[in-house]
Order: sequence, then structure tokens, then C-alpha cells
Amino acid sequence: MGIEKAAVKLDTDVLIIGGGPAGAWAAWSAASHGARTVLVDKGYLGTSGATAPGGTNFLYVPPNQEKREQAVEDRLEGGGYLSEAPWIHRLMEQAYQNIELLEQWGYRFPLDGNGNLFKAHLQGPEYMQIMRKVVLKAGVRILDQCPAQELLTDEHGVGGARGINRLDGNVWEVRANAVVIATGGCAFLSKGLGCNVQTGDGLLMAAELGADLSGMEFSRQYATTAAFGTITRNRMLGWATFYDEEGHVLHEGGPRESDFMAKQLLKGPVYAVLNHADTEEKRRILRLSTPVWFLPFDRAGIDPFTQRFPLTMRYEGTIRGTGGLRLVGHDCSTTVAGLFAAGDAASREKTAGARSGGGAYNASWAIASGTWSGKGAADYALAQGKEARVRQLRLAGAYGLERNAQSAETIDTKAIVEQVQREVFPLDINYFRSEPVLEASLKRLHSLWPAVKGSVPKTIQGRVRARETAAMVATARWMYTAALARKETRGMHGLREYPELNPALSHRLLLSGIEHIAIRPEQVPSRTYDVIPPVIVKEAARL
Amino acid sequence: MIELVSAERCIQCNLCVKVCPTNVFDKTEGGVPVIKRQEDCQTCFICEAYCPVDALYVSPFTDEAVQVDEEELAAKGILGSWRETIGWGPGRQKLAALDQTPFIDRILPPRPVRAAGISDVKVQTS
Ligand SMILES: Cc1cc2nc3c(=O)[nH]c(=O)nc-3n(C[C@H](O)[C@H](O)[C@H](O)COP(=O)(O)OP(=O)(O)OC[C@H]3O[C@@H](n4cnc5c(N)ncnc54)[C@H](O)[C@@H]3O)c2cc1C
Ligand code: SF4
Ligand code: SF4
Repeated sequence: MGIEKAAVKLDTDVLIIGGGPAGAWAAWSAASHGARTVLVDKGYLGTSGATAPGGTNFLYVPPNQEKREQAVEDRLEGGGYLSEAPWIHRLMEQAYQNIELLEQWGYRFPLDGNGNLFKAHLQGPEYMQIMRKVVLKAGVRILDQCPAQELLTDEHGVGGARGINRLDGNVWEVRANAVVIATGGCAFLSKGLGCNVQTGDGLLMAAELGADLSGMEFSRQYATTAAFGTITRNRMLGWATFYDEEGHVLHEGGPRESDFMAKQLLKGPVYAVLNHADTEEKRRILRLSTPVWFLPFDRAGIDPFTQRFPLTMRYEGTIRGTGGLRLVGHDCSTTVAGLFAAGDAASREKTAGARSGGGAYNASWAIASGTWSGKGAADYALAQGKEARVRQLRLAGAYGLERNAQSAETIDTKAIVEQVQREVFPLDINYFRSEPVLEASLKRLHSLWPAVKGSVPKTIQGRVRARETAAMVATARWMYTAALARKETRGMHGLREYPELNPALSHRLLLSGIEHIAIRPEQVPSRTYDVIPPVIVKEAARL
Repeated sequence: MIELVSAERCIQCNLCVKVCPTNVFDKTEGGVPVIKRQEDCQTCFICEAYCPVDALYVSPFTDEAVQVDEEELAAKGILGSWRETIGWGPGRQKLAALDQTPFIDRILPPRPVRAAGISDVKVQTS
């Protein structure tokens, strides 16, 4: 099949792929630095991605040298010594500055008991609605419902992207000298809240241009939800008592051992009731902190404070992991000229190290890396002598695309996705990791790979899903390749055979290649007290 | 999963078609949108928040379709309840300002916090 004509063609300086927080901040930053900017999102900037439907705690440390030093020390240790102090300092400063802007733009933080503004948590729908307004106000053109499917390239690097409009099936093409990948992580369609749009597309697109990945072994995060639902906010379970099928108490109130839930779920069903929220006041506080958590219970007619409900764990893939595209510069550049990465699509090891947990690093990273990459992309694009539209660009996509089909057999996306899920969801493969089990699983994943080179279903959704399927198989293969190479336990990764941290392995693991995956270590720079300045945006859009 | 587009309430603004992150709805010629790919619904409730006339209902059950009765949902005040909770719509107070997260740590059950490795147990504050 030849190359399809694009019905919509746009020329710009910077293209942002993805409209979660990272993409939104990147678009605002690029436009504020003088670049013509287009943002494309698979869904809709404002509703799509892991933050939009719920909310996130973010890292917010006001400029107090002592507190910040302490936060850095804690994180270096908590992150398994794979993060870098100057990057963590800059993250805190950038997030601090941007949160101030967000307030100016109209986000209302609540008051704490002492009458001070409490800045640690963002309600997703509100936050992302404001970001959409800010991005539009900055002059960015947004294409919603327009998943990017592949990048454009020539010998000078990236030159834009091409994709499809899910609403009308039109093919679009945006030519740009700089591209920011902000497509989020990959959660393998596990239906965690807001997670089904993140299928690793950006990782695959960038890897097809030769970008490296890093930290893919740090991908072991699950979130506990009511078995029937999607709302993954584990905090509420801090007020729970847990029971087994027969009603025996497994755990009573308060924090649990880190493996508690996974271990119990392997034995059999687990139920919870939030009976430690035992006053009206406590119940009211919990409800108003995380209303989305209570919504499904109210609708299902279950009172979670008095009635038991069954639990399950939903896999989050790389979303609350720390792996992604390897960054090489302070401007979030990758190894491919003109290609930048931000948010969950990027490796977050420079700030979070080997563990992110739910504790706020990712949300602030999306804000900060978005801002840095947006400026980086704007500076790069504006420094090019030639506009992208006069470059001889070709399409770089290789897998899950009709143009490149190597057989007439149609890719059975449903079956392949289910097979990948059977390798990455089970706790006894991916949570309690061990060498022989992971090896066998990786072998099965490799054997799935040829199937994504088949012919692509003709429908719009089929075309989108075929590409997503290829990205998910690739991501799973990267994850387990890295997991098997890290023969130790560090941060969120562990192998049963190697239960201890091995100081000799205090390096990152870089992956390159899709067909054949090569792996090599990258030393973490030794501790310095260098200061990397934040990005100050003078032309901040005012609403 | 999404279970209802109320033909009676819908004003055919097609906002739900535009904002659904997983492309569940299709526009129709001169009619109300249809739930075309229910199995792709990620149960994120976001379409309900955006619908200006509370015409949508997302059931809490993620993996199974259920029968719903519009009259009953309306009578119980469930249609539009999520939009009301987050304070969207004219004259309502936005949820962000009512957020009770600042108080949450104070009411934790009395137990030593062994937070290492437990996600979401401790909010990182300044
Ligand atoms: C259950 C849960 C709880 C969490 N809690 C916290 C917390 O308390 N604190 C914290 O710091 N972090 C938390 N996180 C993580 C946080 O939500 C993410 O780090 C954050 O959303 C990342 O932002 P992002 O913009 O990189 O990605 P996302 O918000 O996921 O956005 C990605 C965007 O890319 C788009 N996209 C995907 N593919 C394509 C494509 N091919 N073309 C175009 N667009 C595409 C999607 O539509 C989406 O809009 C949590 C995550 C989960 C799942
Ligand atoms: S958002 Fe509501 S009113 Fe608008 S088309 Fe959808 S259902 Fe109808
Ligand atoms: S609940 Fe979310 S995924 Fe389902 S139809 Fe509504 S917006 Fe779409």
C-alpha cells in the first residue's frame, strides 16, 4: 500500500504529542517562548490522561534551603541512588513557581486548619480545565481526538508527526522542527482511572527513530480498587479493616506492609470496610478529599464505611513507575535531534530514581519537565535555518501500520492485547518477580511480536488499536528485558533470587532497539552541588 | 461503564463525543449521540461532568453492562450528581476550594506510620 494523503496538513515550529499535564505545560512553555505550537491529543486536552478524571498530590517545597536539602537527601535514598541532586532541586523550584502561576490563573487551593492555603493536591478536572484555557490563550492550536501514529524524519532528526482523527477518520500531518513526546506511560488497558489512553505509543514512535529508553524495570506499581470499579486512590484504605472470604480479620486499620495486598490477593479474595473513619466528621473529610473514590460506591449502593466490599489490584504499568524515554539534556532532549520528552513518557529517574510511589513526584515532574521541554523545543526549532515544510521528510513508523504490513493476515488486536495482559497483569509474574518466570514470560512476549507486523483492520478504531497493540507488546518486552538485567532489588524493582540492593549495580539501564533489544549501563553522575536554573516564563499567559 | 444517553434531556451539543478520552460515542445525523463502543469505556465519569444537561449516566460497574432505568435514576437525583459534586455548573462552588485533603492526615487511625514502600499513605507536604 502506498502512502495515504493527509487531509489536514499543518506547518508549525513545535509539535506537542499528548495533552495531559506534561503536554499542556510543554505547549504553554513553547508558545510563551515564541514558537508557533500545535498540540495533538488522542483524547481531549482537559479530560484525557492519568491526572484529569481524579487528582494528584504534588511535590511542593517552598524555597527553604534546609527543607529542600532534606527533601533531596530523602529522595536520593528513597529513589535507590539513581537520581541526581541538581535535578531534584530544579524540580522543586520549577514546580513551586508554576503552582504560583496556576493560582494566578484561577486554581483555588483550600485552606488548612490554620487559615493557610494548602498546596499539595490538585483536583484533576479543575486543574486540566484551567490548563486548557491557558494553552489556548497562549496561542496554541489544539487538535483533540487526534492520536499521533508515527513521526516524520530526515537525516537531521525529527520533523513532525502524522496521525488520524478518530471522529472523522481523516489523516493529519503536522510538520515541525521540534517535537515533544508527552503521551504518558503505558498501563496496558488495565482500566485504572484515566489510564486507558496511555498505551506506550510515544515510546514506540520515539524508539522507531532510535531514541533510547531507561528505567523500564521500575514498572511494578499496582493500585488497589474495589473489584467492580476503576477508582485507584489507595489512601482511603488507610481507614480500612481487611477481611478474607470467611470474614477473618487480615489487617486492622492504618498502614499495611508494602506487600500486604498482593500477598493476600494471591491467597484468595480480600474485602475491606472503612470502619476506622468512625465519626461523621472523619467521613466528611474523606469524602471531600477524594469524592471520586466514593462515587462508585454510592452508585452501587454500598456504604464503604459500614459494608464490606471486595478488592482487586489494577496494574499501572509505567505510569507510576519511573521508566521511559531517556533524557540527555537539561532541556529534556533525547538522543534524537529535535525530539524531546516530558511527563510519564520520559524516564523520571533523574528526579525520582527507582521509585515514584503515589507520593507526588510524578505530578511535579509533569509540570517541570513540560516547562523545560517546551522551552527546549522552542529554542531548538527557532534556531533551525530551514522550516520543516521544506525538508524532505519521510514517515518513520514501522509496526502496526498498514503501509508496512508484512503479511495479509489481519492483526487480531483483541487477542494480542489479552495475551500481553496475561503476561503483565498477574501478580505472580510481574509483582513477585523471579528470573525463571520472567524469562518464560519474556519469551512468550517475543513470540507475539511478529503478529504486530500483520495487516491492519480497516476501521478508524482498528487502525488506532493496531498501533497501540504494537506499542504495548514493545513496552512489555522492554520492561521484562530490563527487569531480568537488573539482578538485584532496588526501588520498586525486585527479583526473588536477588533480594538485596547490590551497590555494584548503582547505574541506570539503557535500552535501545525494537526488533532486537540492546541493553547497556549508564553511570549516574556523582553528587554535585551545581545549580540548574529553572525556566522563568516572562510572557506568562494571564486569564 | 457508560449506560445511558437520555434522549429526553440531550440537547445534541456533542460535547460528550468531543471529550470522551476513549472515543466511546459517535455523533448521529441530527440526533443524540450513540454509545457505540461501550466496551472501550474506562469508567472515568468525565463525560457526566461535561454534559450541560445531565443526560448521561456512567454505572460504577467497570467490566459488566447493567440495565438502568432512566426514571429511577432521575428520581433518585443520580443524573447529574457527579457534576454537582465537583461543583461544575452555574452558581456552584468548585470542588478544589472545598478539598479536605489538608485534614486527612490528622484523622489517620492511630498507628505508627511505616510508610516506606506504601504508596499513597503519606501526603508529601512542605
Ligand atoms: C492511580 C493513580 C494515582 C496517581 N496519583 C498520583 C499522585 O498522587 N501524585 C503524583 O505525583 N502522581 C500521581 N499519579 C501519576 C500522575 O497521574 C501522572 O504522572 C501524570 O498524569 C503524568 O502526566 P502526563 O501528562 O505525562 O501523562 P498523562 O496525564 O497520562 O497524559 C497523557 C496524554 O497523552 C495522550 N496520548 C497518549 N497517546 C497519544 C498519542 N498517540 N497521540 C496523542 N496523544 C496521546 C493521552 O490522551 C493523554 O492525554 C497517579 C497515577 C495513577 C494512575
Ligand atoms: S454532552 Fe450531554 S447534551 Fe451534549 S450531546 Fe452529549 S449527552 Fe447530549
Ligand atoms: S466514563 Fe469516561 S470513558 Fe466512559 S464514556 Fe464517559 S468519558 Fe468516555
